[in-house]
Amino acid sequence: MLFASYGFILFIGLLFIAYYSIPKKYQWQLLLGASYLFYYFSGPENLLYISLTTLSTYAAAVKISEMHRVQAQHLASHGDEMSREEKKAYKALTKSGQRRWLLACLILNFGVLAVTKYSNFAIVNINWALETLGSGARVSFLQLALPMGISFYTFKTMSYIIDVYRGRYPAERNPFKLALFTSFFPQLVQGPISRFDSLSRTLFEQHSFDGRNVSRGLQRILWGFFKKVVLADRMLMAVNTIIRNPDTYQGIFVFIGMLFYAYQLYADFTGGIDITIGTAEVLGIKVEENFKRPYFSKSTAEYWRRWHITMGTWFKDYLFYPLSVSGPMLKFSRYSRQKLGDGLGKRLPVYVSTIIVWFTTGLWHGASWNFIVWGLLNGAVIIVSMECQPLYDWFHGRFNVKDSFWFRLFQVVRTILLMSAIRMFDCYRDVPLTFRMLGTMFTRFNIGALSLEALLGLGLGLPDYAVLLLGLAALVWVSLVQRSGSVRDKLAGKPFVLRYAAYYVLIVSILVFGAYGIGYDASQFIYNQF
Amino acid sequence: METLLQILKDLHPDVDFETCDTLVDSGILDSFDIITLIAEISSEFDVNIPAEEIMPDNFNSAEALYALIKRLSDED
Repeated sequence: MLFASYGFILFIGLLFIAYYSIPKKYQWQLLLGASYLFYYFSGPENLLYISLTTLSTYAAAVKISEMHRVQAQHLASHGDEMSREEKKAYKALTKSGQRRWLLACLILNFGVLAVTKYSNFAIVNINWALETLGSGARVSFLQLALPMGISFYTFKTMSYIIDVYRGRYPAERNPFKLALFTSFFPQLVQGPISRFDSLSRTLFEQHSFDGRNVSRGLQRILWGFFKKVVLADRMLMAVNTIIRNPDTYQGIFVFIGMLFYAYQLYADFTGGIDITIGTAEVLGIKVEENFKRPYFSKSTAEYWRRWHITMGTWFKDYLFYPLSVSGPMLKFSRYSRQKLGDGLGKRLPVYVSTIIVWFTTGLWHGASWNFIVWGLLNGAVIIVSMECQPLYDWFHGRFNVKDSFWFRLFQVVRTILLMSAIRMFDCYRDVPLTFRMLGTMFTRFNIGALSLEALLGLGLGLPDYAVLLLGLAALVWVSLVQRSGSVRDKLAGKPFVLRYAAYYVLIVSILVFGAYGIGYDASQFIYNQF
Repeated sequence: METLLQILKDLHPDVDFETCDTLVDSGILDSFDIITLIAEISSEFDVNIPAEEIMPDNFNSAEALYALIKRLSDED
């Protein structure tokens, strides 16, 4: 089922009525039923995958949690009689049992993700290697459909099992509650990748009808729809024209395409998250924010703390930290400091972890070399900027511009351009073509080719450009206002007429200016494919 | 504690680590700092801080971090 469809609106409407009509203690069960129904609409076979993930994670987490409990009980009753060594050995034994369950769960679930998402990518590369070696043998492709949202729900459940293993919280004893956490339908399409402890606080609570929550949720959904169907889907036409005709659109048009795609992706992804958070809010459930005005970031590292936040923190908590503090990495750290001294020697292990994390982040986004190169370039930019820190310090010591508006604006624009250029690897069909097209921005920029006629040839008319410009102004204005608090709170303080005029404009825009109209499956949310 | 304060000072000379108790919450220590810090602590105190102990509560102040080091070395 598409988010931006009449079917989804009907689904939410019916769920909303039922949710606030039934006894509150059954609300979460209703949500579980609705989530599985939503998932069923995306393809009944997908239910098998999500059920397997839920059941395996449930069983492993309960087992690990039980070991924590038995250990705590044993140490409480026999701890005084045990020597320090005995305690240590006892804890080590428990840990090793827990680790076996954790590893089994991780291997099974990441294995399912790997097989469904990466098999054919691996086969393409194996076949390429066979061809290069002159062998006539070929491996056949697997006919496996990628279950919707598998990257998102696998990451959600794996964070849960790791947290239980780490003793952050006990395992959920009710398998149906874990099933709801895994399948909560607003998050299935494109996240956010919630953690069990924060989402479960409101997911399983009983919710009374609250007019303010409902109104705020609906406003957020409306804003999300506007961004998706009026702005993102409209911009898609021009982006597609540029990237699908690389022989025609080079130089200045690659630059234009780069900016257009930055606009489209932002409107698409944040619009989807607005619909997710708004839908949850209507049901009284709080889902964390996934974006904090990322295009206002002054550096790449800052950008990644503000864009797709829950993915960034997932990789930080469950890959970057464990990898960086692992025994081999600490050994490598000591070795590199001995050999390279306290400067680069200290930083090198951090850089190695950074590259591994960004390689994985790229792979998570998609099974192709484009995404791997995209990830590695992000890592490279972060490392280069860390290496340039002494240069920045020298510059700021000499020129007092750090807090000036123009310098900050320069940093913001630089970050947007850099991120947008790297993001072109999402667009073109392969890595060499992307490099070639990015190269044309330097070798044949040809600003003279940019004319009104050429812009109109991208598939957008003057009214489309007017809508997109007004939309851009609205996006920038909302981001600026958000810096001092919630836009919806501010809107709530405005006169009745003004508020309803704003809602009216949004609804009419969606209905009149929706690029394809609601429900036309022209473009799924971009992040849905991840 | 002196050794720990020196390690922290080397990382960010301009921060008053004796009083600040929002090192992570206010963004003074980022993930790269934390990893560098853990590597330093590992070699200076011979204590390995596992990933599960990397949470804001343990890194928000020098005092909290020192308490963590003490706890982990007692457990060792």
